[in-house]
Amino acid sequence: MSMEPSCPVKGPGIPSAERRAKGPVACIECFQHIPCNPCEASCPRHAITIGGEITGLPHLDETLCNGCGLCMTRCPGLAIFTVDESGENARVSFPYEYVPLPQAGDAVTCTDRDGHPLTQGTVVRVRQSPAFDHTAVVTVEIPKALSMQVRFIDRSSIPGR
Amino acid sequence: MKTTDLLIVGAGPAGLSAALAAAQAGVRALVIDENQRPGGQLFKQIHKFFGSGVHKAGTRGFRIGEQLLKETLEQNVEVQLGYPVYGLFPDGRAVCGSPEGAQEIRAKKIILATGANENNLCFEGSTLPGVMTAGAAQTMINLHHVLPGQRVVMIGSGNVGLIVAYQLLQAGAQVAAVVEAAPAIGGYGVHAGKLRRAGVPFYVSHTVHRAIGTDSVEGVELVKLDNFRKVDGTQLEIPCDTVCMAVGLTPMVELARLAGCEMTEIPALGGVVPMHDENMRTTNPDVYIAGDISGVEEASTAMEEGRLAGTAAAEALGALDAETAARLKDEIRRRMALLRSGEFGAKRQAAKETIVRRCEAFEAGRQEEGERA
Repeated sequence: MSMEPSCPVKGPGIPSAERRAKGPVACIECFQHIPCNPCEASCPRHAITIGGEITGLPHLDETLCNGCGLCMTRCPGLAIFTVDESGENARVSFPYEYVPLPQAGDAVTCTDRDGHPLTQGTVVRVRQSPAFDHTAVVTVEIPKALSMQVRFIDRSSIPGR
Repeated sequence: MKTTDLLIVGAGPAGLSAALAAAQAGVRALVIDENQRPGGQLFKQIHKFFGSGVHKAGTRGFRIGEQLLKETLEQNVEVQLGYPVYGLFPDGRAVCGSPEGAQEIRAKKIILATGANENNLCFEGSTLPGVMTAGAAQTMINLHHVLPGQRVVMIGSGNVGLIVAYQLLQAGAQVAAVVEAAPAIGGYGVHAGKLRRAGVPFYVSHTVHRAIGTDSVEGVELVKLDNFRKVDGTQLEIPCDTVCMAVGLTPMVELARLAGCEMTEIPALGGVVPMHDENMRTTNPDVYIAGDISGVEEASTAMEEGRLAGTAAAEALGALDAETAARLKDEIRRRMALLRSGEFGAKRQAAKETIVRRCEAFEAGRQEEGERA
């Protein structure tokens, strides 16, 4: 089995494998021309460009993006993730708007874009801030080969539920 | 009899925005709404809105509602709540219910921002307790904090169906299925993505055949559709205790009819709507419309239409000179065009242009008739 993570999505917001290997980077999974642009203004490093038309797709400048994830909490579509393939395992972060929140250290079932279970993973971080307005950011650690497939967790696998 | 320069019927996003625009031009409006709370549907919207910065995109809908109410209070706009307007005469007299009985209001200009009603489907079992519209379920969870049921089947995958299904998950219900008669999901892919990540199954090219249950819903039987026709023998049963319908909305045009406004049918915007021009003015020169009554769209668009109607009415009342009004209206139209662009918005933009063209043709015909007479 190849160690190169397979990437099922394509688009101007998807970072390259080379960039993902260097550290956390946004992965913008927004593929329809809808009138929406808060991600553009949310980025302090101006790494996201929608352009003149508000229906343009967000383009990621992966050299500017440092994977801070602020855009994740502004996107009304919850369509932005961050991926970090620089360590031994991959870290994937996603927006999370359910209660109860998972906690760092929780062993959870990680799922793909259709909610299908893919692997066991560990919650390594849960970020919250008034500026996020109730959209938490959950980070899980998973096998690197699944970094572009894991996008959520099975909520029923959160310990104590 | 009460008199006012500008009467606005409906205190939702369109009506309040109209009142604010008028107030900023120096026109004191009277806003009347039959509900006990202002804000229309905004306070049910707990999700972050789409749009651009000028439309407060990325902000949750109810916070936009709070901001709108705050500005309304700051501008001293008079809002009468719990008063249903049920009569409107072509001469500008409105009649509303009040604790003291019927009350007559005479207004120089009227803006109707009455909104829309949710559509229903008729099927075997559709009168069972547990069958409701998506909006009803949304009111229960987000305003009253009551779960309508534990396991929900959502009929309709437009943005309303997708958003309410997601909010039902957030409220703690299970969503057993989202059902769509068309061969593809109707709403935004990113809204559907939230449900898909949560493992919610989608049934496209399916519809509800019947709801099963004796005293309340115990399940729903779906049937496959081929080109919107039911395919025999493809029934499929899904256990659930709640069936939500998100199958479109119909503009509430009754008051516009009473005011003698000409109507036109435009399916892309929800059915029959009052004809209106670029200023949101109907064929009754004293009556303007804004929001879902003029075609079903979203709250952000409703707010822009409200500002447009409020500005145009203020101009007609002499509170704005033509040049200032033209500048303000151009700015609003530019922002509104942003919301009606892209693969989803272009259809609404075209439908809106059709309404304006029909209105112009009607006015031209009326003028010709007048000249002949």
